[in-house]
Amino acid sequence: MTKTALSVLTVLATIVVIWYLAVAPMNIRVALDQAARAGAEIEPPSAVERRNVPILTLMSNNRDHIAAGYDLDRPRLPTPMQVGEELWKTTGAMVLKGRTWSKRSLIYHGWITLQSTFWGFLLGTTIGIVGAIAIVQSRVIEMSVMPWAIISQAIPIVALAPMIIVLSSQVGIEGRGFPKALISSYLCFFPVLVGMVKGLRSPTAEQLDLLKTYSASGVQRFLKLRMPASLPYLFTSLKIGIAAALVGAIIGELPTGAISGLGARILIGDQFGTPLAIWAALFAAAILAGVLVTLLDRTQHVLLRRMGMRS
Amino acid sequence: MSTETIVKAENLSLTFQTNDGPVHALKDVSLDINKGDFVSFIGPSGCGKTTFLRCMADLEEPTGGSITVNGVSAREARKSRAYGYVFQHAGLYPWRTIGRNVRLPLEIMGYTKEDQDARIKRVLELVELDGFEKKFPWQLSGGMQQRASIARALAFDADILLMDEPFGALDEIVRDHLNEQLLKLWAKTQKTIAFVTHSIPEAVYLSTKIVVMSPRPGRISDVIENPLPVDRPLDIRDTQAFLDVAHRVREGLRAGHSYD
Repeated sequence: MTKTALSVLTVLATIVVIWYLAVAPMNIRVALDQAARAGAEIEPPSAVERRNVPILTLMSNNRDHIAAGYDLDRPRLPTPMQVGEELWKTTGAMVLKGRTWSKRSLIYHGWITLQSTFWGFLLGTTIGIVGAIAIVQSRVIEMSVMPWAIISQAIPIVALAPMIIVLSSQVGIEGRGFPKALISSYLCFFPVLVGMVKGLRSPTAEQLDLLKTYSASGVQRFLKLRMPASLPYLFTSLKIGIAAALVGAIIGELPTGAISGLGARILIGDQFGTPLAIWAALFAAAILAGVLVTLLDRTQHVLLRRMGMRS
Repeated sequence: MSTETIVKAENLSLTFQTNDGPVHALKDVSLDINKGDFVSFIGPSGCGKTTFLRCMADLEEPTGGSITVNGVSAREARKSRAYGYVFQHAGLYPWRTIGRNVRLPLEIMGYTKEDQDARIKRVLELVELDGFEKKFPWQLSGGMQQRASIARALAFDADILLMDEPFGALDEIVRDHLNEQLLKLWAKTQKTIAFVTHSIPEAVYLSTKIVVMSPRPGRISDVIENPLPVDRPLDIRDTQAFLDVAHRVREGLRAGHSYD
């Protein structure tokens, strides 16, 4: 137990150290520009000249100003500490101030994204499971549906997202909720479909023959064998699916002119040149994905344990 | 012993079409199995012993000849649930407890809840697994799992038991014990049993009739009526009579091989 904790912490520490070390070269130009404007002596003094000087040379020539790169308002690469502070300012601190649902709170934006994720996940898993059942039941459906499912994943969702928005407003659907859920389900259904097809086909020839000796019906074969056999596969797919649904929801917020949601925060942060907001939103999304996958993982564990399976 | 014929195969043939040309899994196999018989099928891999069992069970379709089970076609016999089948691997569903695994055929065949419970209790006692009803398959040894799968095949009222190398994957000691139990079970239940095996002592110890088969094409090379008494303690295997039968089986197997 302590050994696992130790290796996890080692990896984490390594990432943080590399991150901190990278901040200096990434931010040196911005730091020198600021120092020059404030009247400090920089080598070389003109911003135009500095553009052609390699980063490492700049750093060795202006050692006194390296430290400034760790405390910029608009850094190219913020420090982990800065990201943490920004995250706290937009979440915990807002809660303490009683402004949890303010437009500046990441909890508010996260909630918006979570809702789309949820509906997208629900829609995507339904399509995935129903599709898988149809594919396993009929060879014709497999041959006519499976290629489209695969092709669908080869189309970049970023290209498709604006069209989904336009088309859904054409057919009179108000608001961004539905198109966002649709975009989210587009990414989510595929892993569920593939996993469920595999799961429904996982029974061995012997297990299927056994039911044949009982002259069981097709429905019985499905309910008593294929369904329960597919459960471990289903959960593995659901874990991938929910992460994909979250990515889909965020992408759905990017090109749509949305002003709420983590995706909108990332886009707005980019447009207004506030990298800290982008990084905080990114981390919020990552934390959200982690929580969702962990929840599913625990459900899987409890359910399969109850079903007598050891996985 | 009654002489009612339960299984009747006449010139049964089964040819699989493969990329390397046709494979004659069975060729012109004719055999009668009488009510209450314990028939063993023995022979090297590819001799068609499992295929023959699967034809009886309507899990394979013969390409020639005919086979009847209980006087009707194998398909009708399967539809009327005339037999219980025990596979090489116990094939218990891992998400079901032992009790619920035995319940599976009863659920499918629509027995009432009370009847299901009574039957599960009875057959688990029969295979000496009472008390293991709530255990999951992985919590049981290989031998116990195979006993549970036998209980599952006995749970509904089929007079025929088809067993495909059920003890093949078990070690010698467990196998001896299960063989002894199976004979007791057979005496108690009066079933007709068809039993596929690789083991000469197992075939001689268990059967009333031993069918020796040989490969390419799969056919019967000898049918031996076992002269050993019905009551068989394990140490009967050290008697001269037992060794004589085993010798005849071995001769039959050797004769089959000389065709190659």
